[in-house]
Amino acid sequence: MSTPASTDNAAGSVSGAGVETAPRGRGARLVAPLAALAVSALIPLVPGLPQFWITLLNYIGLYALVAIGLVVLTGVGGMTSFGQAMFVGAGAYTTAILTTRYGVNPWLALPAALAVTGVFAWGVGAVTLRLSGHYLPLATIAWNISFFYIVGNLDLFAKFDGISGIPPIAIGGFAFSDGPSLYYLIWGAVALAVIATLNLLDSRVGRAIRALRGGVVAAESFGVDTGRARILAFVYAALLAGLSGWLYAHLQRAVNPSPFGLNASIEYLLMAVVGGAGSVWGAILGAGLVTIIRDQLQDWLPWLIGARGNFEAIAFGVILVLLLQNARDGLWPHVLRLCKARPATRCHHAEAGELAPRARSAGEQRADAPVLAVRDLRKQFGGLVAVNDLSFAVGRREIVGLIGPNGAGKSTTFDLVTGVTPPTSGDIRYFGEEATGERARVIARRGVARTFQHVRLAAGMSVIENVALGAHLRGHAGAVGAVLRLDRAEEARIFAEAHRQLGRVGLADLADRPAVSLALGQQRIVEIARALCLDPSMLLLDEPAAGLRHREKKQLAALLRQLRDEGLSILLVEHDMDFVMGLTDRLVVMEFGSRLAEGTPEEIRNNPAVLEAYLGGVA
Amino acid sequence: MDLSIFLILLQDGVINGAIYALLGLSLVLVFTVTRVIFIPQGEFVSFGALTLALLERGQTPATIWLLLALGVVSAVAQVWQGRRTLSARRVLAIAGTDLALPAAVAAVTMLLAPMKPPVVVQIALTLAIITPMGPYIYRMAFQPLAEASTLVLLIAAIGVHLALTGLGLVFFGAEGSRTEPFSSAMFEIGSLLVSGQSLWIMGVTAALVAALGAFFELTLTGKALRATAVNRLGARLVGIAPSMSSTIAFTLAGFIGALSGVLVSPLTTIYYDTGFLIGLKGFVAAIIAGLASYPIAGAAAILVGVVEALASFWASSFKEVIVFLIIIPVLLWRTWGAPVVEEDDH
Repeated sequence: MSTPASTDNAAGSVSGAGVETAPRGRGARLVAPLAALAVSALIPLVPGLPQFWITLLNYIGLYALVAIGLVVLTGVGGMTSFGQAMFVGAGAYTTAILTTRYGVNPWLALPAALAVTGVFAWGVGAVTLRLSGHYLPLATIAWNISFFYIVGNLDLFAKFDGISGIPPIAIGGFAFSDGPSLYYLIWGAVALAVIATLNLLDSRVGRAIRALRGGVVAAESFGVDTGRARILAFVYAALLAGLSGWLYAHLQRAVNPSPFGLNASIEYLLMAVVGGAGSVWGAILGAGLVTIIRDQLQDWLPWLIGARGNFEAIAFGVILVLLLQNARDGLWPHVLRLCKARPATRCHHAEAGELAPRARSAGEQRADAPVLAVRDLRKQFGGLVAVNDLSFAVGRREIVGLIGPNGAGKSTTFDLVTGVTPPTSGDIRYFGEEATGERARVIARRGVARTFQHVRLAAGMSVIENVALGAHLRGHAGAVGAVLRLDRAEEARIFAEAHRQLGRVGLADLADRPAVSLALGQQRIVEIARALCLDPSMLLLDEPAAGLRHREKKQLAALLRQLRDEGLSILLVEHDMDFVMGLTDRLVVMEFGSRLAEGTPEEIRNNPAVLEAYLGGVA
Repeated sequence: MDLSIFLILLQDGVINGAIYALLGLSLVLVFTVTRVIFIPQGEFVSFGALTLALLERGQTPATIWLLLALGVVSAVAQVWQGRRTLSARRVLAIAGTDLALPAAVAAVTMLLAPMKPPVVVQIALTLAIITPMGPYIYRMAFQPLAEASTLVLLIAAIGVHLALTGLGLVFFGAEGSRTEPFSSAMFEIGSLLVSGQSLWIMGVTAALVAALGAFFELTLTGKALRATAVNRLGARLVGIAPSMSSTIAFTLAGFIGALSGVLVSPLTTIYYDTGFLIGLKGFVAAIIAGLASYPIAGAAAILVGVVEALASFWASSFKEVIVFLIIIPVLLWRTWGAPVVEEDDH
């Protein structure tokens, strides 16, 4: 099945094709970041460097923290927020109030600032995140404007006057109060944020967030709670903003509502778009460029126009529109191209231990009930009966084909038994256990894995990362473990397993390709490898042979037979009659939403009703 | 609060609500036809109000230069985008709509403005200056992104908003203006005093809603727009050019924005960035309507106006907060009813 694939890399759709993750190999890959770190550590020591530049760099660092959060949220998670300045404000005001009124040490105010920001973001997210794409940005606009007026009108926040007299951050007797010392503090925080973010994205949780852009349904079908993944990305982005706010308050030593308004939020998003929301380095680049451009424009625009005001907004607006039109992935990918950088490849730890099998349910362990039993299943869309009281069963170690003319209701049936759509009435049981109306991610826990008629692989992820998503339910590492790299052993096992399954379907040598660069037929096979990573008891395949060549079909049939002999049950919808007839143990034929016939391929081939339906009664 | 104060607040609310309703309708129209969440709608309100204020003072509004500039950029953008398929007729058409039209409007304005023409002429000039900006902005900013996701279009709309707000500051300065009411008449209905201006606003709003209704129901163009809103691909397949529908939608957006500005300018002082907040209140209404239903958007806009009026009486500093947070319960309600969102937006 490993035919040469087309190598053209389909460009990402919004802003984040090819998200980078932490490189696994040491050595060469670390040279550039370490060199950058060394150079940036030396900057404040340059003799004669104007204080002004240090200050500018400090602000760039503060903005970069927020923009890095937007990478996770927008570039990776596909959500957009115009409320990041509000989260910066939450962090800044928390520490301002605690340190000035209650004499709390800034270091103790930090966890409080993060907690307040996190809970606030969680609340906002819980209300809005499940809504479709454009409601989140609109809602965050409303939140941010409200935040501005609330802070500006409440005594708690000292109204529009703001709070001053905030103490500097100090360690022992040393206070971070001048530019260079704050420079190290701020850019140290940026470095930590970069590491934490790269770690997060290169983890089980990170894959769940990255899979949001490839398709919510696909992620849910492998047990990912996409609602939680969205909230997680949103809260993570807000926490980085809160951290930036904490630093800001102690740098500025005073806070007032104006830097936390909607316009600031818009500028944060602009930074992410300018640099490229697909990469943390792009976020830093964007923060730098926007800050420097603004500084320059603020110098000479008022002089040009002859009045004072926020004129740089004109340039920012034009830049934003032009970038969206011409370089939607931002400037960072272009910088990389100039440097001829190659995309990261992973080394796969074949020697990593075995990934533990998925925990079997009680039903799965019993051998008496059929694997899937559907009784009187019905789905109506208004007056249309798409599936009409359908009953069938799939037994253990059995390959059952679901066939029928176009519009017979096969795909709807598939959606019903996989939990994508709820049935109108009827009964679905897996391993004798009631599963009617359960959601896709709950059905995945029952040991049911599926593929899709229209391939649903995450565009920003490589082949093996997509396959590894299939093992989501077999891992346990959470976000905190990922950030702290405590998940490495489990990750190595997950990737070893993904590699094994890729090898099983014959695509091991394409593991590091971007998933969308493969031929469509190969992408279907990648979906099968992803399904196998779940360690399923049952496979549901939606037209697996479509787009395959003759030899590939034979290889696929051999693989499916082998899987059956190893104990798997398989239900497949397929149009290719030769493929189905030669492979399946039993066939269910549908017509107009009802079961027309059921039997062995031989019986179906000679069934007059089936011939009538397919060939219009020629026989 | 006694009944008479309540009635005054109610009247205020309904009148402001009528303006939010106009903007809300326009936002729903633009969104359904083009998928653009048209944040800059409010800038047209400011531009309309401030242009009228300058005309009233007998000055030539600088917005004519903006109109000319936008026309030139739009023409260049169109010639560039269509450079492979350009015909002489097409170039002439572009020159006509994007160069000759704004030049004519600018010339007439420069001629008439110092003569302090009657208010009807001032309003007509204002509408003529602002309305074409809608389609020009569509062609330069949104047409090249026609296939992009709603989210990208929204970010582009934010970009246009930034640029237009900055330009508003350049053209009008930081000072606000307020225009003379169309009518200084006062009518007494029971215990309630109703100003002639309020009647104007209600009347114009009602007439515009009726006209839009007739446009959508009776004319072929209106039906084409509705068809595009229901099914973009389907409309295209039966020969409705999406760029044509979008141009009309944005023209209406420009017109409704400018008209709202003309109507609202005697009620309150308008600054270069006031329109944004007014437009966002239209958004609150449009969001309550799910960016889909005209009648619900209209009703919600009246509700927004009334809530705002009551809020400004009880808690004036939290007026905006209360208005914008109306959408939170609405979003909550939609969230509870929403299934796992399918990724049709990418």
